[in-house]
Amino acid sequence: MPMTARAQGPTPNTPTAQDPTAPVDVVLRVNGQDHTLSIDARTALLDALREHLGLTGSKKGCDHGQCGACTVLVDGRRVVSCLTLAVTTLGKNVSTVEGLAQGDRLHPMQQAFVDQDAFQCGYCTPGQIMSAIASVREGHAGSEDDIREYMSGNICRCAAYPNIVAAVKQAAPDIAKG
Amino acid sequence: MRPFTYQRASDPNAALTALAASSGNPLPTEAAVQALAGGTTLIDLMKLDVMRPQALVDINPLAGSWAEINLDDGNLRLGALARMSDVVAHQEVQRHYPVIAQSLQLAASPQLRNMATLGGNVLQRTRCTYFRDVSYTNCNKRNPGSGCAAMDGVNRMHAVLGASDQCIATYPGDFAQALIALDANVEISGKSGTRTMPFAQLHKRPGNTPQIETVLAPGELISAFTINGRWPRSVYLKARDRQSYEFALSSAAVALDVQDGIVQEARVALGGVATVPWRARQAEALLKGLKFDDGLAGRVAEAAFAGAQPREHNAFKIDLGKRVVARALHKAATMEI
Repeated sequence: MPMTARAQGPTPNTPTAQDPTAPVDVVLRVNGQDHTLSIDARTALLDALREHLGLTGSKKGCDHGQCGACTVLVDGRRVVSCLTLAVTTLGKNVSTVEGLAQGDRLHPMQQAFVDQDAFQCGYCTPGQIMSAIASVREGHAGSEDDIREYMSGNICRCAAYPNIVAAVKQAAPDIAKG
Repeated sequence: MRPFTYQRASDPNAALTALAASSGNPLPTEAAVQALAGGTTLIDLMKLDVMRPQALVDINPLAGSWAEINLDDGNLRLGALARMSDVVAHQEVQRHYPVIAQSLQLAASPQLRNMATLGGNVLQRTRCTYFRDVSYTNCNKRNPGSGCAAMDGVNRMHAVLGASDQCIATYPGDFAQALIALDANVEISGKSGTRTMPFAQLHKRPGNTPQIETVLAPGELISAFTINGRWPRSVYLKARDRQSYEFALSSAAVALDVQDGIVQEARVALGGVATVPWRARQAEALLKGLKFDDGLAGRVAEAAFAGAQPREHNAFKIDLGKRVVARALHKAATMEI
């Protein structure tokens, strides 16, 4: 797939020969759909999703990889999108909270968060849900202790933690079944 | 964040050639061209304006050849681009080198462990708040000769071992303690070739030049870590302010070889308390040839912190650190292997 600085054509050998302010063309595959963007190389995946694609489900909390509100899956692995440069995700599949529901039918993890009242303000919830799905798929949601440990990268300042643990427990068997 | 050019390295030679473009600057951390791997330190510090590269070379495409985990010959070789989470999940690593798996497991969040590489992990920069906040001009690590705001500032998280009157910033990592305990070697690749040296020689104490953190030259990359032999009787114990996802207040990497109840070999390394990955050689030597008991563990712990120098807020780390060492030794000595 093409990814070149527009002003320069193919990547030259000496990076200093490039103009650092020149936009970079990149194709982002988000929730199965390709988007061609021309972006500043500094653009974090989180900002590309929110500001360029209008996918505002992923949230900006700390913007330094500490809170987990921006958690998305890249090729099925959960990452913090605030510390991921969008240009590095070329050719990879990005999954966000917007891709979970099928029509009006919520994903089992989304439904579990509703059923268990696993949020108060809701700001951290999309990141919690993406992380929770990853925890289950990694095989790390077998006990409450496991859930707490493997959800520790997602901070909830409303402290809905007991209900989040209950939600992950509820959804885990459905997701593990596939 | 300041603008930078981005290029993707197709193979190791291309990466090392691109990185060599900044060999004019003697400090690798200040080099105009920086390698981008997991990005969990670099992008963070670029957002804070602590690191200001003009060009990033994305070395993630090298993962094919530089991310292998190999135990075939009874030794361990870890490619520098292996992700922390992949090493933790490796069952042979868990079995033969528990201290390595545990040190990586207890570091960072699951998301960061999926991103961060082993090479980047050992090179992560200090979490000293005065280093990370550029509104403080007095940081000898960022601005050599400017002073140290931490000396008389809030220094609860700072080092009690290996500090100088220039810098008391703590080395924040966990995995490096496992490497230094196991006498790992580090393989370093540059444009002119590859060299291997003891991991214990990679990091430099601050001394009068806290801006120099490692012996790496600009343009060089860590390509692998190697460990001779196996260390099934080993543990990593980490004490922190919360139960998970936090930097160490004090940690210990311990590896023992016990035959017929007698300690044949003992390794003790300390984290969270020192300016660099810290091997407690004199303390561990007390164990050799003796039968392990908790009294002996206590004497080792005392010796490990014999030279500790606290500042206003971090004296608690000395008592805490001794208890962590003693408990880690007890765990290693009594574990079933």
